[in-house]
Amino acid sequence: MAASDAQNGVSSVRHAFGNVLAFFILLLIGVLAFSIRLFSVIKYESVIHEFDPYFNYRVTQFLTKNGIYDFWNWFDDRTWYPLGRVIGGTVYPGLTLTAGTLWWILNSLNIPLSVETVCVFTAPIFSAFASWATYLLTKEVKGTGAGLTAAILLAMVPSYISRSVAGSYDNEAVAIFALIFTFYLYIKTLNTGSLFYATLNSIAYFYMVCSWGGYTFIINLIPMHALLCIVTGRYSSRLYIAYAPLVVLGTLLASLVPVVGFNAVMTSEHFASFLVFIIIHVVALVYYIKGILSPKMFKVAVALVVSVGLAVCFAMVAVLIALVASSPTKGWSGRSLSLLDPTYASKYIPIIASVSEHQPPTWPSYFMDINVLAFLVPAGIIACFSPLSDASSFVVLYIVTSVYFSGVMVRLMLVLAPAACILSGIALSQAFDVFTRSIKFQLPHLSDHSQVDAGEGSSENVVPNDSVKADKTEDTSKERTSKKSKKKEKEPVEKPLSKSQIKKRLSVLPLETSVVAIILLVLLGAFYVVHSVWAAAEAYSAPSIVLTSHSHDGLHVFDDFREAYAWLSHNTEVDDKVASWWDYGYQTTAMANRTVIVDNNTWNNTHIATVGTAMSSPEKAAWEIFHSLDVKYVLVVFGGLVGYPSDDINKFLWMVRIGGGVFPHIKEPDYLRDGQYRIDSMATPTMLNCLMYKLSYYRFVETDGKAFDRVRRTEIGKKHFKLTHFEEVFTTHHWMVRIYKLKPPKNRIRGKTKKSKSKTSSKTASKRKGLKRNPF
Amino acid sequence: MKRDMMRSNLFPLLFAFAFLFSPVFSASDLILAKVDRRIDLTSQIVRIATSLKVENTGSDVVSEILLSFPENHAKHLAYLKAIVSEGKGKAKTSSGVGLPVKAVQPNDVPPALTIYSVSLPKGLGKEHSLTLDVLAVFTHILQPFPEKINQGDVQLLLFQESAHYLSPYAVKAQSLTLKLPDARIESYSKLENAKLQGSELKYGPYENIPPFSYLPIVIHYENNLPFAVAKELVREIEISHWGNVQITEHYDIIHAGAQSKGEFSRLDYQTRPYLRGASAFRRLVAKLPPRAHSVYYRDEIGNISTSSLWGDSKKTELEIEPRYPMFGGWKTTFTIGYGLPLQDFLFGLDGKRFLNISFGAPIYELVIDTLFVKVVLPEGSKDISVSAPFPVKEWQETKISHLDIVGRPVVVLEKNNVVPEHNEHFQVYYKFNSLSMLREPFMLISGFFFLFIACIVYSHADISISKSSASYLAKLQWDEVQATTQLIHGIISRCLTAHDKLEASLHDLSRTGDVQACKATRKSVDSSLKELSKELKQPLTFLQSCPQAAQILPKVEELVTKERELQEKLVVKHTTVVDGYEKKSSGREIENRIASYQQKITALRREVDDLMDFIDEI
Repeated sequence: MAASDAQNGVSSVRHAFGNVLAFFILLLIGVLAFSIRLFSVIKYESVIHEFDPYFNYRVTQFLTKNGIYDFWNWFDDRTWYPLGRVIGGTVYPGLTLTAGTLWWILNSLNIPLSVETVCVFTAPIFSAFASWATYLLTKEVKGTGAGLTAAILLAMVPSYISRSVAGSYDNEAVAIFALIFTFYLYIKTLNTGSLFYATLNSIAYFYMVCSWGGYTFIINLIPMHALLCIVTGRYSSRLYIAYAPLVVLGTLLASLVPVVGFNAVMTSEHFASFLVFIIIHVVALVYYIKGILSPKMFKVAVALVVSVGLAVCFAMVAVLIALVASSPTKGWSGRSLSLLDPTYASKYIPIIASVSEHQPPTWPSYFMDINVLAFLVPAGIIACFSPLSDASSFVVLYIVTSVYFSGVMVRLMLVLAPAACILSGIALSQAFDVFTRSIKFQLPHLSDHSQVDAGEGSSENVVPNDSVKADKTEDTSKERTSKKSKKKEKEPVEKPLSKSQIKKRLSVLPLETSVVAIILLVLLGAFYVVHSVWAAAEAYSAPSIVLTSHSHDGLHVFDDFREAYAWLSHNTEVDDKVASWWDYGYQTTAMANRTVIVDNNTWNNTHIATVGTAMSSPEKAAWEIFHSLDVKYVLVVFGGLVGYPSDDINKFLWMVRIGGGVFPHIKEPDYLRDGQYRIDSMATPTMLNCLMYKLSYYRFVETDGKAFDRVRRTEIGKKHFKLTHFEEVFTTHHWMVRIYKLKPPKNRIRGKTKKSKSKTSSKTASKRKGLKRNPF
Repeated sequence: MKRDMMRSNLFPLLFAFAFLFSPVFSASDLILAKVDRRIDLTSQIVRIATSLKVENTGSDVVSEILLSFPENHAKHLAYLKAIVSEGKGKAKTSSGVGLPVKAVQPNDVPPALTIYSVSLPKGLGKEHSLTLDVLAVFTHILQPFPEKINQGDVQLLLFQESAHYLSPYAVKAQSLTLKLPDARIESYSKLENAKLQGSELKYGPYENIPPFSYLPIVIHYENNLPFAVAKELVREIEISHWGNVQITEHYDIIHAGAQSKGEFSRLDYQTRPYLRGASAFRRLVAKLPPRAHSVYYRDEIGNISTSSLWGDSKKTELEIEPRYPMFGGWKTTFTIGYGLPLQDFLFGLDGKRFLNISFGAPIYELVIDTLFVKVVLPEGSKDISVSAPFPVKEWQETKISHLDIVGRPVVVLEKNNVVPEHNEHFQVYYKFNSLSMLREPFMLISGFFFLFIACIVYSHADISISKSSASYLAKLQWDEVQATTQLIHGIISRCLTAHDKLEASLHDLSRTGDVQACKATRKSVDSSLKELSKELKQPLTFLQSCPQAAQILPKVEELVTKERELQEKLVVKHTTVVDGYEKKSSGREIENRIASYQQKITALRREVDDLMDFIDEI
């Protein structure tokens, strides 16, 4: 009895030790996930990045200042002038509420961090959470080893890093965590059949709906999986518990989010879930009836139900089609449609197509973003098929769909990344399992050891061996508590008797092959780590509002954007309206605190088209458009002096297209010479006279005498010109941002009074007459 | 311009008034034997240094001397200091301590004059004389004219003064020197005795001027030096007894010179910065105390990268560039922060501690319209008092910072119109117990301690709500079943180890032929196997009695029977082999004899392993 107690004790200690080790590994993975994202803070500064994060930051500031109720009711009159925007009802509030809550907790603990700091570090914190969630999900699928591997892969997958470096305060930062966690809870429910987890799953889904529009991926993937299980005959009560509460509770919760509201039941993105919801009930009913009826009766019942069911189905389908057809976009929003038909956006919605992250990715971007995972994924898929469980079929379905979606839009590479990590984690851990096992099995000295140990050892003296896991190859031969160790030590003993049989069971590889393979796997892993660190440090850490370049005399900083925004915020009136292309809207409202005409929330195409039209019109027409919008300043981004490629001239064709889409007098061919976009002497006169050209190149020739544009690598077409309706009020140090002021309307209009059609001018004219008459 | 006219009209009037009242003042019997005034106009701050030689001609001892300023100057007066110079001629020794100065408003003085009274340390007796050095500093007194200029224009300023020293006393001899910047002088009042030498303009000497005489002069000159004015500056000085004084300064800067109008062309500014941006300033220099560290410079939208820092043992100099060049009327805000070693600024004095640190801003030639100095003392400081070298508004606040409970006491000092002359040290006295320093680390430690305790309690305590519910009991039972299965698993694996020993002994036998050793092993193994099978009984009966184990029971039972079978076969095999050896049968013969067992053993072994795996996974 004493011996068995000791053994029990040993196994529990070993168990606890394994748990503690796994816990510390997870902790370190969390630290890694957090700290690999701090390159941006170390190399640059603790600052909000890019465009959308600035909006989120501004919303968070509002939330922390005014409280949650004002936030829901917030009508923002500082953007989309004169329309305004109902922020509370049009944002996904998850991120903002998360950061706001974090800030609130910290402040109530008397840790006075600024809202900015909290926002900057939200993304790294949540990527640590995401890697833990990946661990949980993969553990449910293939066990702890695979879980840890997948977690460490996810902690540094470049694709996810690109969206979650410190300062990248965007919806995706928390949404990926929510996505993985929802999937985990779904799998957990599926494995346990517990209603508790099903409820948690709905809450996680609710959090995901709060956080990101990508929740439609979940609400389509899970039904697909449920359907797959039903079709492959894997229906069980566990599946029912995993699915049905999610749809009911999840939809109810989702419609509480203002931005989703009734969309949760009215748009076709959600129809799949309801359809499967019906199917799963029918199947459940069938199983139930099958249980209570005799086989003969059951057959009769099937015949009856099928005929009725078909009729109902036809009716339903007809209703569905009618519903879908009656809505203007056929029930699908533009972005979702472009998912199904990759060419949809570029054909019909230039505003969606104009965003670079909505373009399909190139092959190198796959290598850049998921690196070696792309090669490990197929192995992972194979590993998932042996044996195929509900959980592993889900993972396979997840990777297949996400690969498709990532092929449509670069942005959705982010959804692919966790799936790739999970599958690669499974593949790697299985491969290591096989190789290490075959090495252990074949190492000759091991068998000696085990024999010696087996000769003298009884189970009393086994306590010391749990201290060092690395030594287990030698020590573990004594007890057979764990599956691995048992195999390891048993095989050598049996070697003379049953070699062939063992080989069949373990698919043992030759020693040399396994050693080489392990070395190669480690190299592959090392390559991945090196690449990820490089990507985190070099490729994805730039905040894009401050640029740097390395020249022979050291680091050069281009801080022009903030220079311009600071100037605007301190040296213009608080209520002045600033017009710029919509890319800079969020930054202008957040950093300069000035009212903008359009911003990155592209909800009103006509308004954007108006600005696009103004930018592509000649000066006078543009002035009239801007004046009618009460604009006081026009901001353009110009990279020609220092070679900053994503400037307004390069974006200009989109302005023409979007403007032309609404105002037909703007025609794209007018701006192209023989189908080519150029700004040199061969450019069309329309191009050379449009406002964007003039504002960008005003007095540019005087810098070097030739007006050589370093982005387009050419001399510009029209070098000397004057502005009549605009005046330059500010240009930043490297000319990257130029701000112009609209000149006030002229008091008198000479000679042209009769020609002018606009009301204002005729009014002025009549006034002028009145004035003239007065003296007499 | 209209305003200027008004002002210059006002003075003759005032002059007339003054004469009316003058007899009253002459009664004080003081006369100024000699007045030298030097006015420094080289920066935006106007400093008037006046040296007065005062003689008492009357018989009474005089203890106060009155200084008068016209209203338009007085409202810009930022700093006034009067020092008595002892001795005569070259051997002047001026004690650094200023004399007490207070504003008075005698009934008989016109309200357009502001009078300050200087109290002398000891009365001035009959026929005695002394020299008084008065330094008056004015801000916002220079008027840009024209008020709005273009980017390329230079900034021209107007300065108005009186060529005669405005005083309630008669002045015997006086002279006035104005020091101008090395630049163009547009115009100046060309009175008699006016003389321009280089950049110095001299008026005088004038002799025997009656009291309250005023002779206005106007100077219109070019000055492109920075007109940096902080409309508001908040300096926060936070003391940490862990060895650091953290200073954070929030600036709200405006270029208060001539307003810029029209376009700003970066091109012009870059190609000819001194011509087309002459009135703008692009950098400010701050002189920080020595050993300043962790310096940062940022504004509300992030770090500003255009700054440089260098230092030696006497000072640290920080040169900062605002985000954009500051033209007239342009504004910007920024924050500078730095840490200083505590021992340089904090001292102890009979049970109290006091902080001794400079009051004003570290930036050169900066005018501050409103300065708030907030001294954040550590939490738990008591008996706070402030001593400042000049009058300031003072009140207390509380600030809640990292891990505070009641908040830190904050002493706030407010002063308007601050000039570099105010950069004097002030002291904040307080009492603080050093043990309070350990409070926050202790809080952290105990916080984590309780967290871990809570974790331990949680993982060990049974916190089910209903102890009698069916699911709870089932769970308990299931745990027990699992433990038992684990136990059985352990026992069987030990049996398997014993089998291995048997096999190993056979292996040894084939090598060495030592039958005795083999038999001994067999004996020991047999006994241990017997023990194990005894051990196995109890858990098995438990499993059989337990309804929860119904699912796994067949498997377990199968395992046990299979293991028995395996054991039997092994024993048979072992005896056969040993017998074979004892009978000296050939190896081949033995092998043939055990071949059938061998096959069964292998098959059984595989089955047992599979079952073990299965049970292991439960």
